[in-house]
Amino acid sequence: MLNDWLFIGLMLVIAPIFPIAALIIPRILAPKKPNPLKTQTYECGIETVGDTWVQFKAQYYNFALVFLVFDVEIVFLFPWAVAFNQLPLYGVIVGILFIEVLVIGLIYAWRKGILEWS
Amino acid sequence: MSPIQIIFILVSAITLGSALMVVTTRNMVRAALWLVLSLFGIAIHFVLLEVGFFAVAQVIIYIGAIAILMIFAIMLTRRIAQDPGPQTNSTWPIAAILALGIFGLIVFLVQGWEKAAIQPSPFPAGYDPLRELGVALVSANQYLIPFEIASILLLAALIGAIIIAWDKK
Amino acid sequence: MADPVTFIAKWLEGYLAGLGLSSGWISVIQAALGVVVLGSAVLLVDIFLVWVERKVVARFQDRLGPNRLGPFGLFQPIADVIKLLLKEDITPQGADKFVYNLAPILALATVIILWAVIPLSVTVVGSTINVGALYIVAVGAIGTLGIIMAGWASNNKFALLGAFRMVAQMISYEVPMVIAILIPVILAKSMSLADIVQSQTVWYIVLAPIAAIVFLIGAQAELGRAPFDLSEAESEIVAGFHIEYTGMKFGLFYAGELLHALTFGGLFATFFLGGWRGWGAETYPILGIGYFFIKAMVMYWVIMWIKYSFPRVRIDQMLSFCWKFLTPLILTVLSITAILDKVMTGLPYWIYVLVMLLSNLVILYFVIQAVGRYARKERQKVAEPEKIRVAFPVKSSTSTSQAS
Repeated sequence: MLNDWLFIGLMLVIAPIFPIAALIIPRILAPKKPNPLKTQTYECGIETVGDTWVQFKAQYYNFALVFLVFDVEIVFLFPWAVAFNQLPLYGVIVGILFIEVLVIGLIYAWRKGILEWS
Repeated sequence: MSPIQIIFILVSAITLGSALMVVTTRNMVRAALWLVLSLFGIAIHFVLLEVGFFAVAQVIIYIGAIAILMIFAIMLTRRIAQDPGPQTNSTWPIAAILALGIFGLIVFLVQGWEKAAIQPSPFPAGYDPLRELGVALVSANQYLIPFEIASILLLAALIGAIIIAWDKK
Repeated sequence: MADPVTFIAKWLEGYLAGLGLSSGWISVIQAALGVVVLGSAVLLVDIFLVWVERKVVARFQDRLGPNRLGPFGLFQPIADVIKLLLKEDITPQGADKFVYNLAPILALATVIILWAVIPLSVTVVGSTINVGALYIVAVGAIGTLGIIMAGWASNNKFALLGAFRMVAQMISYEVPMVIAILIPVILAKSMSLADIVQSQTVWYIVLAPIAAIVFLIGAQAELGRAPFDLSEAESEIVAGFHIEYTGMKFGLFYAGELLHALTFGGLFATFFLGGWRGWGAETYPILGIGYFFIKAMVMYWVIMWIKYSFPRVRIDQMLSFCWKFLTPLILTVLSITAILDKVMTGLPYWIYVLVMLLSNLVILYFVIQAVGRYARKERQKVAEPEKIRVAFPVKSSTSTSQAS
């Protein structure tokens, strides 16, 4: 089984080499003449005001939160799907029950207005 | 040393090194990125233990969801990205001694434990651990109850998180 | 000569064994060569994709597209690459240099890594790990990280905002998309992509059309292509998370995006269109590669078709479409598919296929009805004349209007 992962392991090592090579070539070929005006942050030509760390909407966080719970649940379902042939009907229904509990969470989030972008 | 051992040592060094960077880096976002590398190292350890499912689950849940959640939390909170305060307090020597002591104790115990030296036997042909896990999760005499409780626990976590994060009005 | 890839692999194995290498090293060298060949081939296709994309978008917009360099402008992408290599590379002020440079590398490398598990033919498959379907999701998660790194390291508000939008969109659409992947896994009873292709005597798009549609929509959103391209909405945030990237670094994001689109086309083909399956692909595996790429290119074209035909959605529409429509829909389909699959064990395969298809069509009918009703209601709401706002409302005005 480790032999199956050998290819992926080598892929992890070798795949980044292509883009790294593509970044090294311009270092040799391309001109390099930075000046303060050129390296300025581009915000539509207007000079940047203040810090980049402005306060963004905290709602992005809520969606990440709901996603996290769903993600964990879905990952659990994959072994269940793989073992489908060995399961009795009862096992399948239990798995679906697992999903339905998740749906309760979704409905709750919905009713609470978490899924609303205001 | 076998190639597996060399890979193990390399990956362990990366995992622990980046874990060290997590606690010493000043920049919070960079610390989160080091944490991602450390978690990825754990995933490779799972692969070396021949549990591919845990490896991908580790990457999906910890890197794909939890690390993203952390980065969101850091980025959405102003003025904590750069913390100028001291990183240690006066009790750090005691903590270091305790940590070293526990590490030494673990090494000592594992050295004396004969089961630690047992080589795992390879899976028999046609045995798919993933399939066994799937069956075990929904079999009444195995892990059905923990499986369903995990679902309810996650529901409770979701509701709790919503109440804490959203209860402003 | 039905299977040149296996032939070359066998010949190489024999040659290396003749040199006196151990079997372990031989498999390492074989795998390494396989990775290099696969990676280079995928990147060559990627360069060609630049031409395809430009030509197709031109046709959609009633233009000619690149037509000067070489036949049909076929050498245009080569000129593009040379231009990108010669462009000055600007690092913005205050950027986190290491993370800034790492992000484009991740953007392209994660897409190449995806190809490790996609079966190109019956014999040509990088790795047949038994968690292939989840591996794809995992690699996608690392890709998400690349985007947030690009947005943060650029030290630009627009870039950060674009990254936030993109990541919120990617993680949201990951949920229905992963459940849509779960349905072929249930049908094939395996997570290995090679097994999923192998078990598709009837393409899964027939057995699970709704899952296929949801996967396609999810793919569109993961790619950040229109109608889900609000992470790079030009009129709002210029170019999104890669606004500060120039030259080859931008080129890597661009190449990564194009290749990602083709990869999703290939994944759609693998999950729902039978991958490499086709006439004679079992006996002549080389044909399988051809079939696979034809299917992948067709799906790539569909992705482009959607991209160039739809207007951009708003962020609230994007999020509610995912969480309030796609996720409940696909969860319903998953439950029904799972029960039907179990109930129908032992029945002839054609009945199985027919019932699966019918159940999907019934769900689709009701969903279309419900969506139509909802759309009518929304349209009525918009069409209603707006209440006139009075600058200085008089206390008694409400009662008089009610009376009259």
